[in-house]
Amino acid sequence: MLDFLQRLLGRESERPSKEQAKERLRLVLVHDRANLSDDLLPALKDELLAVLSKYMEIDENELRVQLAQEDSQVALVANIPIRRIRRAAGFSHQGAGR
Amino acid sequence: MAGHVVVITSGKGGVGKTTTTANLAMALAQMGRRVVAIDADIGLRNLDVVLGLENRIVYDLVNVAEGACKLRQALIKDKRCDTLHLLPAAQTRDKTAITPDQMKTITAELKEEFDYVLVDSPAGIEQGFKNAIAGADAALIVTTPEVSAVRDADRIIGFLESSELHDPRLIINRVRPEMVRRGDMLSIDDVLEILSIELIGVIPDDEGIIVSTNRGEPVVLDPHSTSGQAYREIARRLEGESVPIVPPTPVADGWLGRLRRLIGLQSR
Repeated sequence: MLDFLQRLLGRESERPSKEQAKERLRLVLVHDRANLSDDLLPALKDELLAVLSKYMEIDENELRVQLAQEDSQVALVANIPIRRIRRAAGFSHQGAGR
Repeated sequence: MAGHVVVITSGKGGVGKTTTTANLAMALAQMGRRVVAIDADIGLRNLDVVLGLENRIVYDLVNVAEGACKLRQALIKDKRCDTLHLLPAAQTRDKTAITPDQMKTITAELKEEFDYVLVDSPAGIEQGFKNAIAGADAALIVTTPEVSAVRDADRIIGFLESSELHDPRLIINRVRPEMVRRGDMLSIDDVLEILSIELIGVIPDDEGIIVSTNRGEPVVLDPHSTSGQAYREIARRLEGESVPIVPPTPVADGWLGRLRRLIGLQSR
């Protein structure tokens, strides 16, 4: 009956609570899964470095990769200081350089 | 042929691991399978009372591990169903009283004689949980459609994976169809979307479980119980039968509900 009155009073437009549950779980699990697996972020960092190094020279010691939460989403934030970009010929997919 | 060692686990406490273990053990035993249920929750023994076998305990899991008695001597045979046995936990010791290696030895010995060795895991991710999964061939994860239980289930899935216990299957317990319908409870699909593991069954929230636990009679013994039916179906799925999983539906909600839906005050 209370339910009925609440609906009459226009509170039904409130988002169903399960949507909140889902959203909160989604966010918390991003953090849980990333943080609980000790090697996830370091492994990601190593692979990023390997890929990026084909194109540019990175300052490895200053490379930072972490998760940051902004309102309703989690972002992977990477700060990658570049020392030098390699010449275009070095990474051409068509092998045009040589 | 050697039997299966199946651990029933959850991470979070109070989601129904022990009730699930008791009912699946009884359901499988009633199908004629030789079953032993092990209570791995040392120090917080409960599977005995849920099964109604608490007055018959002589030896326990720790006695067996320490060699104080033979494995056979510690097994309690159920009088209602003579293919069901219980290996109780010790009540006066703690989780460090046994090791994962000892659990492996005990479960390996049991699966020579039984079709199913069901291990009721303690809550948490510490030593007791590690003991419980040590000898397991497969895992069932029990959760409820709540944020805390689902989160802990996710963590357990991660642990099982890193322990080389692959493809755990999920039991969603205490589903309240009416709450799901009005969007106030995570649905089966919501939970599966989040955890992305295989579902083996859905148990409706049922007051009958409390009554059956009061009496020490697993609800699968009641042929009319909806939760009992759901547990029997899970037992058949464990046996490899293909039984479709039907999410619980709301019971008829009377004239008021119908009226509300009719005039559009309630969705669906």
